Amino acid sequence: MKKIVTIIRPDKLEDVKQALEEIGCHGMTVKEVKGRGIQLGITESYRGRDYKVDLLPKTEIEIVAKDEDVEAITNKIVETARTGDIGDGKIFISPVDEVIRIRTGERGDKAI
Amino acid sequence: MIPGINSGDTAWMLISTALVILMTIPGVALFYGGLTRRENVLNTIFLSFVSFAIVSVLWFIYGYDLAFGADVWGVMGQLANPFFGGVLEANTLSTYAPTIPTGLFAIFQMTFAAITIALISGAVVERMKFSAWLAFIPVWLTLVYLPVAHWMWGGGWLAQMGALDFAGGIVVHVNCGMAALALVLLLGARKNSRLLPHHLGYSIIGTGLLWFGWFGFNAGSALGASNLAVSAMIVTNASAAVGMLAWMLMDKVKTGKPTLLGALSGAIAGLAAITPAAGYVNFTSAMVIGFVAAVCGYYAVSYIKPRLGYDDALDVFGIHGISGIIGSIGVGIFASPLINSITTGGLLFGQVHLLGVQLLAIVSVGIYAFLMTLLIGKIIDKTIGLRVDEEHEVQGLDINLHEESGYRLS
Repeated sequence: MKKIVTIIRPDKLEDVKQALEEIGCHGMTVKEVKGRGIQLGITESYRGRDYKVDLLPKTEIEIVAKDEDVEAITNKIVETARTGDIGDGKIFISPVDEVIRIRTGERGDKAI
Repeated sequence: MIPGINSGDTAWMLISTALVILMTIPGVALFYGGLTRRENVLNTIFLSFVSFAIVSVLWFIYGYDLAFGADVWGVMGQLANPFFGGVLEANTLSTYAPTIPTGLFAIFQMTFAAITIALISGAVVERMKFSAWLAFIPVWLTLVYLPVAHWMWGGGWLAQMGALDFAGGIVVHVNCGMAALALVLLLGARKNSRLLPHHLGYSIIGTGLLWFGWFGFNAGSALGASNLAVSAMIVTNASAAVGMLAWMLMDKVKTGKPTLLGALSGAIAGLAAITPAAGYVNFTSAMVIGFVAAVCGYYAVSYIKPRLGYDDALDVFGIHGISGIIGSIGVGIFASPLINSITTGGLLFGQVHLLGVQLLAIVSVGIYAFLMTLLIGKIIDKTIGLRVDEEHEVQGLDINLHEESGYRLS
């Protein structure tokens, strides 16, 4: 099992959710987060003075998936969340030792 | 019905009074609230609301009399009717506006006192103790606003010299701008003065309410449903519009893009600047006043403030103070006897005297407001303390001073 943590543009959330549903990926946790990448944010101007805003609002999607589904899910996210401009986000994949469904006590792949 | 009352004038002044109330709560409150960070939005709005409430009470206990009562040595009015005792019962017409009731003139003027103090709060947001602000309001009202209002409007020494201030360029805007400057010098800069507006939507609504309410402020200062009120309304709108466009132009020239906050700031600069002149100048003069005020305001907040290093959080001095000065000088230049027969005209009509007394009024009120506010602020600092704890400032004032949050998303 793997945990897929995806940082995307907030306005891409609906598209990504819908695309993942189409390939049968339903479970996810979504957070509003702030972050920055290599471009170090943007500049905003208020009353003639420039301010560097280096933490931008982003959306984080957390998905735990079976090993064999990871490729399809990540491909779908990249395909849907990409605009080609700087700030499209990143995907982090890490191993998951165990998953337990609290309601039934099921473990492993059955609990995903 | 009081003999001699004019129902048209009275209706217009009732509406004008309500319009000016709308300027403070919620106009200024929302305008300022949107420009602070989210952890301070309630405190910022609260500063305006509580100013309005305290002034609403004190004004009728003694404020109106000290500002507009019978003149004592040109300095202060006489306290003839404390607690407004007997005034409402007497059913008299105002000596300042002989076609409307005394009480209506009094509450109209109360709204000016309230907004002046609420405007000052914009300079000190995000780091001033709420208790210190509560103490500041009655003391500043009594020692600064009331005398200055008497000098200009209540028959005091500046009025006797012929100085003109139609709706508060000096009494409201120079006064609050200089007071704001004094307070921020005492308070010092915020821990992080690069905090960005958390919700410009509030500021847009607030500015809209201010622009709308300003017709009560300026056209109401004609004190009747008259041709002068119409004239004041037109020049007020013109100055605001030109001020807005001028700030957009400055933005475009300096940074390449017009900003909405800049446009709002320019409109307010135009509104503040035309305030002293609204009953004395024509459309063309109003456009000049609005333009100059916006350009000067832009330079004040984007160049002078960072260079001098003071932290006037929401630019009360840079916008209201500067615009009040520009507009009050504008009276001395552009005042026209064709608009208002009370004046023989300004510099453009060959009269030098008016410009001289306008400058005297700006300088004397500016210095008085600045020094008195420094003194009041210093005393509060030594007793209650002006500034919140560093930890509270960093965490935000809403949760620490009021145990409330502006936003609860879960």
